[in-house]
Amino acid sequence: MSKTILSVDDSASMRQMVKLTLGGAGYEVIEASDGSDALAKAGGGGVHMVLTDLNMPNMDGLSLIRELRKLPAYKGVPIIFLTTESDGGKKSEAKAAGATAWIVKPFQQQQLLDVVRKVLG
Amino acid sequence: MAAATDPHQIFLEEAAELLIQLEAALLSLEAAPDDRELIATAFRALHTIKGSGAMFGFDAVAEFTHQLESAFDRVRNGQLAPSAELIGIALAAKDHIRDLIGGPDAADPAAGADLLCRVSQLVGAPAAPSQAAPVAAEGRREAMVTWRIRFGLAADSLERGINPLPLLDELRSFGPCTVLALTDAVPPLAELDPVACYLRWDVMLTTDHPRGDIEGVFIFVADECELQLEAVGDAGGRLGDILVRRGDAHPETVETIAAGRERLGTLLVREGVVGEPQLRSALAEQKHVREAAGSQAAAIGSVRVPAERLDNLMDQVGELVIAQARLKQLVAACDDGHIKAVAEEIERLSNGLRDTTMGIRTVPIGSLFDRFRRLVRDLSHDLGKNVRLTMSGEETELDKTVIERLNDPLVHIVRNSLDHGIEDPDARELAGKPRQGCLQLSAAHSGAQVLVKVRDDGRGLDRDRLRAKAEEMGLLVPGAPITDAELLQTIFHPGLSTAAQVTSVSGRGVGMDVVKRAVDGLRGSIEVASVPGEGTEIALTLPLTLAIIDGLLVRVGNGRYVIPLSAVEECVELSTADDLRHTGRNFLSIRGDLVPFIRLRQTFRSPLPADPYQKVVIVAAAERRVGLVVDQVIGDHQTVIKSLSRLHADVANFSGATILGDGTVALILDVGHLVAEGQAAEPPRQAS
Repeated sequence: MSKTILSVDDSASMRQMVKLTLGGAGYEVIEASDGSDALAKAGGGGVHMVLTDLNMPNMDGLSLIRELRKLPAYKGVPIIFLTTESDGGKKSEAKAAGATAWIVKPFQQQQLLDVVRKVLG
Repeated sequence: MAAATDPHQIFLEEAAELLIQLEAALLSLEAAPDDRELIATAFRALHTIKGSGAMFGFDAVAEFTHQLESAFDRVRNGQLAPSAELIGIALAAKDHIRDLIGGPDAADPAAGADLLCRVSQLVGAPAAPSQAAPVAAEGRREAMVTWRIRFGLAADSLERGINPLPLLDELRSFGPCTVLALTDAVPPLAELDPVACYLRWDVMLTTDHPRGDIEGVFIFVADECELQLEAVGDAGGRLGDILVRRGDAHPETVETIAAGRERLGTLLVREGVVGEPQLRSALAEQKHVREAAGSQAAAIGSVRVPAERLDNLMDQVGELVIAQARLKQLVAACDDGHIKAVAEEIERLSNGLRDTTMGIRTVPIGSLFDRFRRLVRDLSHDLGKNVRLTMSGEETELDKTVIERLNDPLVHIVRNSLDHGIEDPDARELAGKPRQGCLQLSAAHSGAQVLVKVRDDGRGLDRDRLRAKAEEMGLLVPGAPITDAELLQTIFHPGLSTAAQVTSVSGRGVGMDVVKRAVDGLRGSIEVASVPGEGTEIALTLPLTLAIIDGLLVRVGNGRYVIPLSAVEECVELSTADDLRHTGRNFLSIRGDLVPFIRLRQTFRSPLPADPYQKVVIVAAAERRVGLVVDQVIGDHQTVIKSLSRLHADVANFSGATILGDGTVALILDVGHLVAEGQAAEPPRQAS
């Protein structure tokens, strides 16, 4: 059974790229355009991994991860940030909130795929 | 949204949409500067354009947008007021981003640079009084600090999906960075586990990012990674100190060993105190800190110094180099090891001083050539021509003043080529040439001179019209015989233009005479070659005014002469057969080519009998070769060029003089002149 990945980004082109990269490798990708959209679409669970942007309208990545970690369905789910930020403070906040990894944009598609494969096994 | 699935295409649509949002937000912001939602919208639009733009290869877009995004980040944090001026700039910048996305040629780089400059001025300027103090914001960015980062990954970390490369890339994005892999833990091949990570890295990073950002790079691998992070400061210093500070060696051991006289690093490794990789890493740090200090000095700004002072400095350095050469000769005959050591030190220092001093005044000609990209692009567009500009030899270094004064003449020449030389695409096609014309700028050292060429593949100079024009102006007696070269030279006469029509581009014949005057002013020379229907080449030969060159020292009779090494192709022996062929011509066969040779003994009228074995130094200038017959090739010799006095201005064959180690004077041969002379005496031919 293919694993499901939730991709949260307000940039449609970024989402499409994630979808093409991971969908092509046999993963199921659910798209959400910001934090609240993600909670609405996948709050119930059934997701094996979350890839999220940091800066988004309505609800940003940090708030999203804090909300998700409160949900029992997301206890052990890896959450990875895909962002242009490389600010150390933001990173430690994300780590403290339970983020698994941090990938700085721009990145290579192969790099994303490698990380996802390793983390999901 | 359209059914596009290509992320690249989606980005274009997305960016267009974001730009519309940005514009709307900016316009509303003008009326309601305190609306945080509008500010956030504007920021996010810029943020996404930057991030996604970088993702899909719109690097220029990402780079340009980054500055604006930073400005709006500050607006968002209350450090900058969304003034009417900022909004005005942002609106113009929005249009510029749209152009940039359209394609690199659609946007005007100058306008972009101007906008960025205005943004940074605005950001740099103190915020409006009502706003929060900007000091706190400034505190985040710190002064440039050099960090030593040593990190290693657990042996199984590669298997667990940790890739050190993105970590290194991220560090590199912070500033100038030297990365060295420590390979000492790599086991012999038989014991090597191919998926294990044996490497550790030493990274020397000079950055204004705070410590937290650097630690942040490793946050997500912290459990699998050993990390040491230390500020090196400016204390690069001696190798031993670096190794001790890093804890790779004990201070006492280093002291004891340093008392010896070999290079410390070699000794430490031989004694097994530190490993080879540690040493290389420490040396890399030493270098990195020195370079960082250098570039920071450059960042602080430049100091304006009158050119005269630099000339004086150069003169004195020249004298120093000469004195040092004499010292070297004296020391060679002396047995005292201490004096030898000092002499070597002085040699090293004076060489360094010489290179530095030379470097102060010279800049690569590429900085000048680069200005022509725009000129050629705009001009060919205006003229409806399709022209490709190619360049070579951009790294050729020339005295800065020469480069500055070369700009105007080159502009004239390039304009002439574009306007009169290169035909429009249709005419080119009719003539059987590719529709795209080619203009080539090149530079190369040619002995003590630099040869700058502008070549086009256009229609060439119209000799009939040139002649008619020259006769009309009374430069030529109608019907009088004239060589082709002389005819071409007439283009340098004031007021002569072969253009049937006067255009705004190259005007009415003013140009080439101005060019000639400017080149003469640089003590250079200008030559024109043109083949009808194939193109024109204008070659400027310019002196390297402050050159110290490598030369080949030769002896002819009892006089010694220096041949610029860059002109020397090879040295061969003059066989008795070639030597004795007095009746025939003076030719040598060099791999199938007949190369004429000049007997310098005869040219310099040396009265002494010739050495039994004469040598021939093959030299080349302007792609032609000639052999110079000398008595002895002594060896290479670094030469400070002293110009000849005005009294000797008319002396041919010599371009300058130099003082040798023993204090005697050697003349520097003017290879260009000798080659021309040799070729004129014996026109080139193919060996039968």
